[in-house]
Parts: sequence; structure tokens; C-alpha cells
Amino acid sequence: MGTKRHFKVWRGDSSGGEIQDFDVEVNEGEVVLDVIHRLQATQTPDLACRWNCKAGKCGSCSMEINGMPKLGCMTRMSTFTDDETITITPLRTFPVIRDLVTDVSYNYEKARETPAFAPPEGVAPGEYRMQQVDVERSQEFRKCIECFLCQNTCHVVRDHEENKEAFAGPRFFIRAAELDMHPLDARTDRKNYSRDHQGLGYCNITKCCTEVCPEHIKITDNAIIPMKERVVDNKYDPLVWLGRKIFRRDELEKQDKATPSRHERENMAPSNTMGVTGVASGTSTPFSSARQPEPPAVGPDGKLDVAEILSQKQGGPSPFGDDHEFPLPSDRVTYHHPTPDKD
Amino acid sequence: MRARAAIAAKTLRTDRWWFAPLITFAGLSAWVIYATVRVFMHKWYYVADFHYLTPFYSPCITDRCIPEAAHFGTPLPSFWLIPEAAFTLPFLLLFRLTCYYYRKAYYRAFWLSPPACAVPDGHKKYTGETRFPLLGQNLHRYAFYAAGIISLINTWDAVIAFHSPSGFGFGLGNIILVGNVVMLWAYTLSCHSCRHIAGGRLKHFSKHPVRYRFWTFVSKLNARHMMLAWITLGTLALTDFYIMAVSAGWISDLRFVG
Ligand code: SF4
Ligand code: SF4
Ligand code: FES
Ligand code: FES
Repeated sequence: MGTKRHFKVWRGDSSGGEIQDFDVEVNEGEVVLDVIHRLQATQTPDLACRWNCKAGKCGSCSMEINGMPKLGCMTRMSTFTDDETITITPLRTFPVIRDLVTDVSYNYEKARETPAFAPPEGVAPGEYRMQQVDVERSQEFRKCIECFLCQNTCHVVRDHEENKEAFAGPRFFIRAAELDMHPLDARTDRKNYSRDHQGLGYCNITKCCTEVCPEHIKITDNAIIPMKERVVDNKYDPLVWLGRKIFRRDELEKQDKATPSRHERENMAPSNTMGVTGVASGTSTPFSSARQPEPPAVGPDGKLDVAEILSQKQGGPSPFGDDHEFPLPSDRVTYHHPTPDKD
Repeated sequence: MRARAAIAAKTLRTDRWWFAPLITFAGLSAWVIYATVRVFMHKWYYVADFHYLTPFYSPCITDRCIPEAAHFGTPLPSFWLIPEAAFTLPFLLLFRLTCYYYRKAYYRAFWLSPPACAVPDGHKKYTGETRFPLLGQNLHRYAFYAAGIISLINTWDAVIAFHSPSGFGFGLGNIILVGNVVMLWAYTLSCHSCRHIAGGRLKHFSKHPVRYRFWTFVSKLNARHMMLAWITLGTLALTDFYIMAVSAGWISDLRFVG
């Protein structure tokens, strides 16, 4: 049978809010997300909370429970004592939308800025072959469920909002490491990219990202530190630097680069194509930096016909407006077309 | 720009998050104080009968050194500010200061940046390791090479300490010295830079099976790097204290042979 437990839940939106008190029944085997659902079903039908899978796999239910960033669906009520007050707050690092729901578009912008997987020239999708030992390191990072708990905990942005522009965060350091260690990724400039454009140097390896990762990815030991070491290879190795000075190796390298490959021709600076400026650059649009939803075309009376048979178009209205043609023009997308050189 | 949730409390953590930084602070401070006192004591570092030389004075290179303890000559004058091991201590200091584990430890416990996860940084501005002086943390690789060489010297010290006035000897001091050296090697090999050099930098493990095995071995040690960091602080202090105590005549070495 259930017992009554005491909860404090932050409620409000970006204009302000407060922590409110609730007494909720808790049954054996329940997790914090169950309690939030019970609150919604009983006392606060309008409590906003994001969730999807209730199995720790979708990464939606990130919240702070007693001050620690956690997944609501993976935090068992049995880990608290019976008389413990449990405080639930939204993620602190991201702007709040309402109650426990935050706007995590910072992370999507950083994701879009990270250059995608680049297979070697002449290898088409479907022809990728690699050995298990070679991809093993990258596979650890594929476990990421994008809950952004690590991004939220990292003090570089949590306590210093102004660093958001320069700092991509642990989730994208593992992405950079995943690709740099990937046996089939042809880019050679990911190390410099992570230093110059992701802000790897801001990380002071205090390991909070590793501590909160629900997938137990060894973010700091297996991604950040190896990336820092790879940067040392390139940038801070006094012997290499000396060698370059003496033998003018950098000049030689420049000559070698006279005929760059397709990947090298691409700009490694953070992409400035549409939709990649926003929260990170401080000039944010609400929710997302991507193209905003637009209202559908309405009838002459200014109203939308709900019945499809009367509508001007088949199917439901597109949230991106009805004036799109497909495929999208290549200067409007932030990804590369899959066929090489199609752009 | 949308605002963050207005939460007045700096942290809502209810566990004892301050405990780990506190013991780290206490432990590291105690060790640094002990080591500083010992390094500038300039005595009780050598047991002539058994050739025990404390790691804090190895190799002994100032004019003050007892001749039998000075294996590398004495190029430096004796001045109280110059430690007897003036060639090695700066590198060892650099090695430990730039160690990825100690960095975490002192950034958290001494610099409070951050003191614990989801507890606010104690500083208004933060640039991490992007500029001088913290950019210098990238020298760790070089300190690692130096530490490898110094570990060899420590190993030699431990080997020649199997000595008694009548030739071969073996006592409790030897066990301590050897234990210390083994732990120093484990710590040095478990270094993240070592892991990188051993194989971490490779893209294709399958093309370098030997280095892959070495990397696997170092990775196993590396997972215990923090533990080894503390163990070696312990063994270093213990070794030094034991040799000081024997040298000063407070205790006598427990001898098994000779
Ligand atoms: S280890 Fe680096 S990336 Fe991870 S939380 Fe700490 S500062 Fe942020
Ligand atoms: S690395 Fe871990 S904590 Fe970070 S987003 Fe992925 S699963 Fe979440
Ligand atoms: S609801 Fe999917 S991770 Fe919690
Ligand atoms: S000695 Fe700690 S990481 Fe190198």
C-alpha cells in the first residue's frame, strides 16, 4: 500500500516561478516520474513535464531531483527514505518553457555545428567495412541517449552563461571523439576543430559529466582526455613545434595541400548556414533557432478548413509552411546530400 | 532571450557533497606540508648501513650530500633553498600538478571550480584551460617522459638498497622501497598521456596488434588512476618517513638477511 511522501516541485515559466509543496501517495516500485504523473492526475493537471519512454532510453525526462541532474524515470523512490522531502526542479542550464520543461535548443545548435561523418572518397554507403576492434571506442559513445544531463551539469555553461557561444559541451566532445576515432572517418581536422570551435580547452576535466551520465559513458576518460591528448599532439608538442620551425614543415604541408580533397575543401568553421545561430550566439528565437513554424494557408474567410476534402491541399498543413518544394535547395539545408558531390 | 528557471537556492543537493572536496583538501594539504618540511630538512635521508635513500632526496646532487648517496655527482652548491633532489623534484611536481586526476582534485577542492557537481562555481569568470597559465597543463606529456626516467632512478635506488655492511642484505626497508617503486610504476604507466602514446592515438587498432594490447593493459590501469594517485602519495610518505626514522635512530630496521 502506498504511503504519503512530501514533494517540492518548481512551477512557473520564464517570467518567474516558485517551489510548491505537495503530499503525494507513493507505491512500492515507483519512480519519480510516476509521482509526477500522479500529481498530474490528481492535484495539478497542468503540471508540464517532458517524457516518452519511461525506460531510460529516450532522454526526455531530464530534471533535477534533490539538486542532482537525473532522469525522472530512472530514479527509484526506494532510494529515498520515507520522511525525505524530494525537490524536483527543471534543468538549470537551459531556459525554462514551463514547469519542468526546458528549451534545450542550445544542444541542437551545437549538434548541427559539428561536421558530420565523412567517409573516405570513393566509398559509397553500403560499402563501409570495418573491424570490431577499430569501432569499439566509437561505439561506446553511440550509447548516448541525448538526455543532455551532462550538458546541464557542466559548470562551464551552467555557471557561466556567456560561455555558451564558445563551448559545445561534453555531449559534443564525445561526438567529436567518436568521429575522430572512427576507422572510416576521413577528416583529419577534428582535433583542431574541437579545440578551436568546440572550446575543448574550457573543460577542466572535473568529471561531472561522467558522474551524471545515465548511460555510464566514460565521457571524461574516454573522450575528453583522449581528445585533449590528440590536441597536444598537434598543437602543444614542443618537439613537433621545434621540428616545424627547423625544417619548415608547415610550409611543406601547405604545398602538399595544393590539391585538397573534397573534405578538406569544406570549411571547418562552425556552420553559419541557416538556423545555426541562436541561443548560442545570444540572439535567440524562442524554442529553436530553426525556421519557425508558420500558420497554414487559410480560406477566404480567414479560417482553416479542418475537413480535408474542402482544403486547398491534401493532408495536414506543414508546420514549415506550404511553400516548400522538395528536394530543398542545397543552400537551405544544413546537411550534405548523401550522394557525393551532388551539391 | 528566454530566462532560466528562477530558483533561489544555489544548490538543492541534500547529500554530503562537500565531504569529498573536504577530504581531498585535507589530504593533499597534509601531504604537501609534510613533503615541503622534509625536502628542506636536509637531513635523515640516507641509511648508510643498508643504502636506503629516500625518494625525496633521489638523486642527491648538492654538495651537502653524503658521498655514498650521491650517485650522480654533486654539481649544485649547498644552500638551504636548494633541495637535494633539485633536478627531479621540479619535474615530479610538474608531473603531479598537470596530472589529469590531480587537476580534477584541486580544481574541485582548492579552486572550487566547481566544488561538486551541480554546486555553483566559486568564481565569476571562467575560461578553463584556454589561456596562460592553465594552458600549461598541456605540458603533461613532457612531465610524463621525465617521470618515466625518474622512475628508473627510483628503481635503481630500490635495487642497490639490498645491502648490509657485510654485502647482501634484506630488511623491512627493502619491502617498503620496492613496494613504493612498484606503485610508482603503476601510477606512471596508468597516466592518460601514457594511454594515448601506447595506442590511444591510433585510428586502426587492427593494424597495430601489439600496441593495441599495450593500450588495453594501460587502459585497465588507467581506470584506477585516481586510486594509484593516492596510493603513491601514501607509499612515498611512508617510505620517506621510515627512512627518516631509521636514519635518525628512532627505530631500527627489521632485518631478515644481513
Ligand atoms: S569534465 Fe569537462 S565537460 Fe565534463 S562536466 Fe567537467 S568541465 Fe564539463
Ligand atoms: S553523454 Fe550521457 S549524459 Fe550526456 S547526453 Fe549522452 S547519455 Fe545524456
Ligand atoms: S522517459 Fe525516456 S528517458 Fe525517462
Ligand atoms: S599522471 Fe595522472 S594523468 Fe598523467
